[in-house]
Amino acid sequence: MNEQTIVSIITDKFEAVLKSIKNGHIFVEALLVVVIVYLLLQKSYQPEKRPLTPHEIDQLCDEWSPEPLHPPVTSEMEMEVPVLESAAGPRTIVNGEEVINFSSANYLGLMGDQRVVEACKATLEKYGVGACGPRGFYGTIDVHLDCELKISEFMGTPDSILYSYGLATASSTIPAFCKRGDLILADEGVGWAIQNGLYLSRSTVRYFKHNDMSSLEALLEGVKAEDRRKPKALNRRFIVVEAIYQNSGEMAPLLDLIRLKEKYLFRLLVDESNSIGVLGKTGRGLTEHFKVPVEKVDIIIAAMGHALASVGGFCTGSLKVVDHQRLSGAGYCFSASLPPYVASASIAAISILQEDPDLVQRLQHNVNLFREALADIPGFVVSSHPLSPLIFMRLKNSSGSFKEDSRVLQKIADKMLNESVLVSVTRRSLLDKCKLPAALTIGVSVGHAEGDLLAAAALLRTVASSTPELDFNGQYEFIK
Amino acid sequence: MVTIPYFAALTTYFSYGLLFVFGHVRDFFRRLLRTSDAPKGYAPLCRDFEDFYTRRLYHRIQDCFNRPIASAPDAWIDVVERYSVDNNKTLYRTEKTRTCLNLGSYNYLGFAASDEYCTPRVIQSLQKFAQSTCSSRVDGGTTVLHEELENLIAKFVGKPAAMVYGMGFATNSTTLPSLIGKGGLIISDALNHSSIVAGVRASGAKVAVFRHNTPEHLEEVLREAIAEGQPRTHRPWKKIIVVVEGIYSMEGELCRLREIVAVTKKYKAYIYLDEAHSIGAIGKTGRGICELSGVDPADIDIMMGTFTKSFGSCGGYIAGSKELIKYLKFVSPGHLYAIAMSPPAVQQVISALKVILGEDGSSRGAQKLAQIRENSNFFREKLRKMGCEVLGDTDSPVMPIMLYNPAKIPAFSRECFKRNLAVVTVAFPATPLLLSRARICISAAHTKEDLERALEVIDEVSDMVHLKYFPQEREEEETVKRKQQ
Repeated sequence: MNEQTIVSIITDKFEAVLKSIKNGHIFVEALLVVVIVYLLLQKSYQPEKRPLTPHEIDQLCDEWSPEPLHPPVTSEMEMEVPVLESAAGPRTIVNGEEVINFSSANYLGLMGDQRVVEACKATLEKYGVGACGPRGFYGTIDVHLDCELKISEFMGTPDSILYSYGLATASSTIPAFCKRGDLILADEGVGWAIQNGLYLSRSTVRYFKHNDMSSLEALLEGVKAEDRRKPKALNRRFIVVEAIYQNSGEMAPLLDLIRLKEKYLFRLLVDESNSIGVLGKTGRGLTEHFKVPVEKVDIIIAAMGHALASVGGFCTGSLKVVDHQRLSGAGYCFSASLPPYVASASIAAISILQEDPDLVQRLQHNVNLFREALADIPGFVVSSHPLSPLIFMRLKNSSGSFKEDSRVLQKIADKMLNESVLVSVTRRSLLDKCKLPAALTIGVSVGHAEGDLLAAAALLRTVASSTPELDFNGQYEFIK
Repeated sequence: MVTIPYFAALTTYFSYGLLFVFGHVRDFFRRLLRTSDAPKGYAPLCRDFEDFYTRRLYHRIQDCFNRPIASAPDAWIDVVERYSVDNNKTLYRTEKTRTCLNLGSYNYLGFAASDEYCTPRVIQSLQKFAQSTCSSRVDGGTTVLHEELENLIAKFVGKPAAMVYGMGFATNSTTLPSLIGKGGLIISDALNHSSIVAGVRASGAKVAVFRHNTPEHLEEVLREAIAEGQPRTHRPWKKIIVVVEGIYSMEGELCRLREIVAVTKKYKAYIYLDEAHSIGAIGKTGRGICELSGVDPADIDIMMGTFTKSFGSCGGYIAGSKELIKYLKFVSPGHLYAIAMSPPAVQQVISALKVILGEDGSSRGAQKLAQIRENSNFFREKLRKMGCEVLGDTDSPVMPIMLYNPAKIPAFSRECFKRNLAVVTVAFPATPLLLSRARICISAAHTKEDLERALEVIDEVSDMVHLKYFPQEREEEETVKRKQQ
């Protein structure tokens, strides 16, 4: 064959290939698809998993050393508390000697009142002591139902529910109505029971400055702004306050609270432990004192261990509020009910208060008398509300540290006990988030005689004047 | 654990399904026809699905729960009859009462009603110390009675020191947060009581759960927890506390304490024992599960118990080393803030303890302890022979009878009530959805005749309601009888 023929054959073949290249893109695409499918079918790279061998786990378990169950016992923990040898009434016996007692919340003097004791005695003889079961399982005794009716009648609300422990009331009520996603604005001075309830509810909790309505209003404005920015489903919103704070003796301004709650569409929960039997013309609490209908407060909770001289707590409000707690209140459903004689004590106490509303005036008279006598005591300032029977005496020159202040106050309390007057110092658990300062707490009762009140005030004056740590000339010294 | 028969499971699922469907249909119409009962601009107080169970299931059988009584919760009680005009939604009391045999109250040693030794002393203490101290324990609320009780209960349980609270639920829910916090781990039995759950949640520690009463699974969980450390950071745990109960109140089972203590000690964890139902009720001298299983109380770090069940009072205690109690008295909110336990209730426990220990000069304590053991074992035997499915171990005074179907709950409860037998029925949410049961609590105050009467009634009612899930035992007995004839 000559060269031309070979070249022409090659050229022909090349032309044929070129022609087929027009449709050749299909071939290339098919090749690409094959490559992609191959890659997809490959397993992705995974680094080798190497779980711990039992031997390694054994080693780790041997190496682990836990903290001791509790921290070592310090001198504060060794402190002895006064042990009473008689009822904790206005006068009581400690270490064989009679002392004037200002550390109990027996505001109306109903502790040991003969009428109450007779009622308890009758109940004890009929029902024994314990109720031996939760409310759902034959632990509901007719005395409990009568007590709930009595409380509703007294407070003017549709229904009430009893709890067997004051501390459990707030911890059960708040989680029953607030769950994750709800919003609660609480005062920063609320006690541990309410803090526990707020924590267990898992809602968003914001604290406002103690008893400061402008701080609350700022928070409310903030919530309103957030709502406008990020509108979401309507959730339940509460403002939680105490009527008379257990940690400071100040009183919640109910009128401002109701105005704010209605403006910003929140519900209000008030803890009236220290104000039942104390505020209002007939002792019906904060709402009566401010002459506001009781329906304006959505939920009222209270411990009965203060003015009512009983044990346990109750929650009162609308039918819906109370009925819901009968299945969702943890402290109600899963705990034994209140001993029947305690319910009788509450019924008797409320009856006495209804028959003799003068008790409230007499308590107020004692409080006023005592406050006058306590004014201008060197080193101290009376910081509780004028109507509060729980009087708080703070150090004028506070060191800023709760621990230091309580140490000084405890020294004063010990000196007073040596002279037969029993007062208490605020205690704060390590679990408590409240940051209010320490104070001397004095509980005034109707049962205190005027002479006792004046003698106690005079004693405090003497002790304060002779305690160098108070240093009321202006500079505070840390005494070792 | 319970194994539910297939047919019962099917019918139970079907019944609940039907109830849910009907409930949702009614809710749909309710939403159409009724406006929300919350004021304008407010969210309703209870969300729809929270209330669903209450409105659509619970209200139908509401008369079986919360029955009020007009007498002491003793062996025989006067149950107040109630009526309703709006289909069980609200119940009203009447003046009539019905005397029933009480198989529901926690009255293990019979101290519930007025007692010849305890009540006079309780009344004395009421007159001396008044009905309440109105102060917390640290602020002039501690009386000589409280100290006496703490010493006595520590001695009884076998620990160096103890402290006392006014409520059993609060004992758990305030002590657990005081002992452990963030960075700690709590390993709790799957069926622990809700007071323990409340305490665990409030503490902020992480929780792990091990299968009910299974020490092998506890070991697995412990090993994994210690090896992995805290989640995400893998730092070692600060401390680990294992929480178990003596008697589980919904199962009647005893804890396998020996094995669990062995496992816990091996891995250096702490053990917290909740003896709410077992203290006073089991053990030769009533000292609870430690005595029954032969475990030394010194091996248990924290022992907790309540006074509501066996001592006929209220409140709870924590027992441990002297230092632990000193620390708890300094930190625990239940001790610092709560009003002290009512003095007459304290005296009731002291007197009950004295009776149990025989220090009142009689042998009533030993009699009561023997009586409850005999009663429990006799009753359980007879129930098993009848063919009912009964849970619980020997010697335990708590015996659940399985019901399963939701319709059997009111049927069993109402039929027994008609025949003057007061029983307790438990359903969701206290038990898993399928496993509803009737729970019997035996007391030392029940006489042989009482128990025989109860057995007759239960026999009759369980035939009516088809509760005899294990009839083969009964058939075996009948074939044996026929062979003998």
